[in-house]
Amino acid sequence: MKVAVDERGYYGNFGGAYIPEMLYPNVEELKENYLQIIHDPQFQKQFRGLLKDYAGRPTPLYFANRLSEKYSTNIYLKREDLNHTGAHKVNNTIGQILLAQRLGKQKIIAETGAGQHGVATATVCALMGMECIVYMGEVDMARQKPNVERMKILGAEVRPASSGSKTLKDATNEALRHWINNPVDTHYIIGSVVGPHPYPEMVALFQSVISEEIKWQLKEKIDRENPDYVIACVGGGSNAAGAFYHYYENEKVNLVAVEAAGKGVNSGESAATTMLGKPGVLHGSKTLLMQTEDGQVIEPYSISAGLDYPGIGPVHAHLFESGRGKFLSATDEEAMKAGIFLSRLEGIIPAIESAHALAALDQLKFEKDDIVVVNLSGRGDKDLETYIKWGGY
Amino acid sequence: MSLTTTSNRINQLFEQKRERILSVYFSAGFPELNDTKTIIRQLQDSGADIVEIGVPYSDPVADGPTIQDSNTKALKNGMSISLLFEQLKDIRSEVTLPLILMGYINPVLQFGVERFCSKCEEVGIDGLILPDLPMAEYLDEYKETFDKYGLKNVFLITPQTTEARIKMIDENTDGFIYMVSSASITGAKSGISQEQIDYFERVRALNLKNPTLIGFGISNKETFDRACKYSSGAIIGSAFINVLNNSSDIKKDIDGFIKSVKGKV
Ligand SMILES: Cc1ncc(COP(=O)(O)O)c(C=O)c1O
Repeated sequence: MKVAVDERGYYGNFGGAYIPEMLYPNVEELKENYLQIIHDPQFQKQFRGLLKDYAGRPTPLYFANRLSEKYSTNIYLKREDLNHTGAHKVNNTIGQILLAQRLGKQKIIAETGAGQHGVATATVCALMGMECIVYMGEVDMARQKPNVERMKILGAEVRPASSGSKTLKDATNEALRHWINNPVDTHYIIGSVVGPHPYPEMVALFQSVISEEIKWQLKEKIDRENPDYVIACVGGGSNAAGAFYHYYENEKVNLVAVEAAGKGVNSGESAATTMLGKPGVLHGSKTLLMQTEDGQVIEPYSISAGLDYPGIGPVHAHLFESGRGKFLSATDEEAMKAGIFLSRLEGIIPAIESAHALAALDQLKFEKDDIVVVNLSGRGDKDLETYIKWGGY
Repeated sequence: MSLTTTSNRINQLFEQKRERILSVYFSAGFPELNDTKTIIRQLQDSGADIVEIGVPYSDPVADGPTIQDSNTKALKNGMSISLLFEQLKDIRSEVTLPLILMGYINPVLQFGVERFCSKCEEVGIDGLILPDLPMAEYLDEYKETFDKYGLKNVFLITPQTTEARIKMIDENTDGFIYMVSSASITGAKSGISQEQIDYFERVRALNLKNPTLIGFGISNKETFDRACKYSSGAIIGSAFINVLNNSSDIKKDIDGFIKSVKGKV
């Protein structure tokens, strides 16, 4: 099945660029230039160089022996948690800051929820000596204090988003408003495969290094490029898009996206967008969106700050609608158990976002010789407080 | 039955009058849930020329703090699209001014585009301003329906909009063009700079077929007068919301404000 974005910026029925006219020139400038810049050999050389020497890529594809035994199959972990700054987010921020430089921008803005994307943005801004402002919901600032301080140490200004529900969606609104007010010298580094076209495709391209590596790493290890399953968690969907990217068109590979069910899909406290959402427009794209009957955006809930976003990237809405992707969800409890389980079994404490992907292993039936890749999008250091509060270890 | 072009109140207004047009924005359901009709009636009585009725939305990305706040309060008060149409049911028995609904595309999508437009026609709405509905999507998927129900879609232009695009927008509009005064979200700022005046003159020199109204940062008589030098009139939003916000007698304060803005030439 064809998954690629079309000329109008749509994946099937989803995507587009639903932006006020004030943002049109910025978004148009990106749209006209991003492919040419990204495919330029000089750009690629610099991008690849930084991924290798700065971020620490390629990240290992690790055969998880004891985990495989438990599930009587063959499970590989794609170790995005071993990236510099502790998650896949840096793949995207390195790409976008190089792109911003080529567009002649001097200032960077970003939104962040858990703070991972904010930290990854502040990091590359320090690296490039660029001014950095990160918008973060007031509520998130309070519950992700260490990441706020990390950003500040890195020299970024963290601005509280105090409108609406004071979380990720409002931080995104504030970043968009800032961009409207500063259209010429500023580039907005969006943190996931969301936003107006071409952002979803651009971010996916930068993250696609994940599946590019999985392919040759599997080839090297077991002499086949394609696993039977790729499993990833979905907040906005960037780590999943990166892990799926080179497998979209190979229908033998099952693409499994795992959303956060919070306290249960029907508990009223959930972030399982494909189960609870309807088509709508948020942050510049048409996608699936959690909303009231009146079209007001609903504030989602998950124990994992990186997954509580009311929408999903348009490519995932398309994977869901077309049936190309299998969408599952894991509750807070299932994810926390899976996180502790992996820690005990493999000596790896995962980010709670990534633990949702691990929790889905319980919901799938594998054959003995199946090859299963779980994208371990981040490490659990940032989540220690949540682990401690949860207990059970 | 659909309205024909000439019976649209926006077109009629500009046929009669091409200068010092005052369009006023407020958020429906604010300050109190049922103030909608009182505000519209008073705006007409006090001499406004167009009323823009804001349809509240949880994520108004083009709006500054003042209108964000009035949106939030209106939603808290219980405002919704269905309720708004209910409130506007008999508005045409008393109000002859052009009425425009201004909001974001998502609530319209949920209500259903055709159903929304049909309701607009039923209560007597003349036009729509949906800042996050892009031109391409409008032309492909919405225009036919808007036209069918006699609704003028108003487009925004900004200092960054290219000449080619302004002309394209002018081609595809017949109502008026909303000239955003500076690269910014909504919210009252002080004064109008030389740079903005250059932009107003640049647009005027294009001799567009549509009249333009200048909005964003128009807050009082002084800024209104200046805007009127370069366009057919201006739009006041945040400054009017502030008037409502601080008022204990909204009829009196609306009257005072509108008269102070229009004043004498
Ligand atoms: C470790 C980790 N995984 C996943 C996510 C979710 O984002 P996405 O769905 O874009 O990969 C986040 C977001 O903060 C994260 O920090």
